[in-house]
Amino acid sequence: MPMLTVENLMASYGVVRALHGISLEVNEGELVALLGVNGAGKSTTLKSITGVLRPVKGTITFLGKEITNRTPEFIVKQGISLVPEGRDIFGQLTVEENLRLGAFVSYERDRYKADLKEIFELFPILEERFTQAGGLLSGGEQQMLAIARAMMAHPKLLMLDEPSLGLSPTMTDQIFVLIKRLREMGSTILLVEQNAERALEIVERAYLLGNGEVEFAGTAEDLKHKVDIASVYFGGDDAQKAGVTL
Amino acid sequence: MIDLEFLINTLSLGSLYALLALGLVLVYGILKLVNFAYGEYIMIGGYGLYFSATVLHLPWWATMLFAVLAAVVTSYLTELAAFRPVRNKSANALIVTSFAVSIFLQNAVLILVSPRARAVQLPAVFSRTVSIAGATTPVRNLIIIGTTVVVLVALSVLMKRTVLGMAMRAAAEKFTTTRLMGVPANLVISAAFIISGLLAGIASIFWIGRSASVDPVTGSAPLLIAFIATVMGGMHSPTGAVVGGFVYGLLFNILSITLPAGMISYRDAFMFVIVVLFLLFRPEGIIKGGYTEERVG
Ligand SMILES: Nc1ncnc2c1ncn2[C@@H]1O[C@H](COP(=O)(O)OP(=O)(O)OP(=O)(O)O)[C@@H](O)[C@H]1O
Ligand SMILES: [Mg+2]
Repeated sequence: MPMLTVENLMASYGVVRALHGISLEVNEGELVALLGVNGAGKSTTLKSITGVLRPVKGTITFLGKEITNRTPEFIVKQGISLVPEGRDIFGQLTVEENLRLGAFVSYERDRYKADLKEIFELFPILEERFTQAGGLLSGGEQQMLAIARAMMAHPKLLMLDEPSLGLSPTMTDQIFVLIKRLREMGSTILLVEQNAERALEIVERAYLLGNGEVEFAGTAEDLKHKVDIASVYFGGDDAQKAGVTL
Repeated sequence: MIDLEFLINTLSLGSLYALLALGLVLVYGILKLVNFAYGEYIMIGGYGLYFSATVLHLPWWATMLFAVLAAVVTSYLTELAAFRPVRNKSANALIVTSFAVSIFLQNAVLILVSPRARAVQLPAVFSRTVSIAGATTPVRNLIIIGTTVVVLVALSVLMKRTVLGMAMRAAAEKFTTTRLMGVPANLVISAAFIISGLLAGIASIFWIGRSASVDPVTGSAPLLIAFIATVMGGMHSPTGAVVGGFVYGLLFNILSITLPAGMISYRDAFMFVIVVLFLLFRPEGIIKGGYTEERVG
């Protein structure tokens, strides 16, 4: 049984329908990508899974339990953590406080201390900036903080929404290396990316979203071959012509 | 001109106004709601004093505890019964709800108690005067200043050193993201209302203490002061509220001694002029920044 199952999910913003019935699965230990152009519905999918947005229709099941229409705080407790789009760290709170809130659902004193140590090994910069306000960090450092904050909850499923957005190429490299490493450490990850080429290098399976529908689902290899990715990502209208709707 | 008496007067008035403003801003920070029922928590605190002294014959310290508790419970109950159901609706729905709660509470007291004012006795120690370095001041003023210092320190410890405080500050900045950390929305909102009620309750003791009476519309003046103080100081942080409270106290006292005797009664009009000037030239208040405008939803 998959860890996460999304079935026929429909979601709207007021009268604007953003998702027209998408289905996807993530198995335990997998690294899965959710790809698509701007406005395809990637973030909307994650918002629905985390309970931030109430779906109009469809079901979301996590570890055999239906979590559709539950509150975000309930869903986090079940073991799903999100690194939101645009990092979304608490700029007025210190790095320390951001991490402490990340551990809100799982706090145990000794484990917290050990977790911090581990985080500092992965992200030495966060130790340096520990007592500084999050808002004073650079974009890349904020992204690391956002990832570290999500990891503090010991999620069973980690979802990242465009972690490389707006980062320098070096920083992007670092983030992808990190995601790969998390995967090797046994995390289950759902990765949303616009940078499809980079994402397909590290994931096993991927879903391609377009206009609120799953246009393609398969292994990273399949996706690389069947879809002319360049045309999707640089082509605008050409994307449709290029036959993305497989 | 700045003599000790003026200083103590200003500090005590500023302290009271800072408490009033702080209670209003805490809820605003999280719900982005100017809670017009806030004055009624103060009014209920006043009736708490009256009821516990006149009917229950409690000792003076217990009447104060009772008043604070009454304000806290009222604040919490209004959150549960009135604000929670409309929380995810529009900002207007929340504002209208707060007016409704305000009117409801005023009328409830009017019907259940009396439309007429009730006398409230505070212990004699409040009105006794003392001399410090040649300045004469009612003991009440010193108690207000002392209480405010304690409250501000305690509140800042709560906000800075506890996880609940962190969560409240986080929620004021980014409500949805805070929920994504697993922090229950109801927890931070209830906490904000409870602390707001606590501040209203403490302020009510001093507010009612000055007039020695309470009536159903007692809450409107402190609400207005709290509102004006937050407009001046800045709606967007507790610091702004405290600064606004003290600035209000200072301006008010300066007007009191500089205006000619015949114009003293127009002090409030002058305060409104100052507020309008603030709204025109510095709408964000003295202290900028702090809370963002993201609404709960
Ligand atoms: N808050 C909102 N209100 C109204 N419409 C929205 C809102 N957020 C997203 N949409 C619409 O929903 C659709 C899907 O948006 P979504 O944010 O899920 O796209 P995305 O795939 O994450 O895009 P991007 O790569 O730009 O982040 C878009 O058409 C968008 O305009
Ligand atoms: Mg997005």
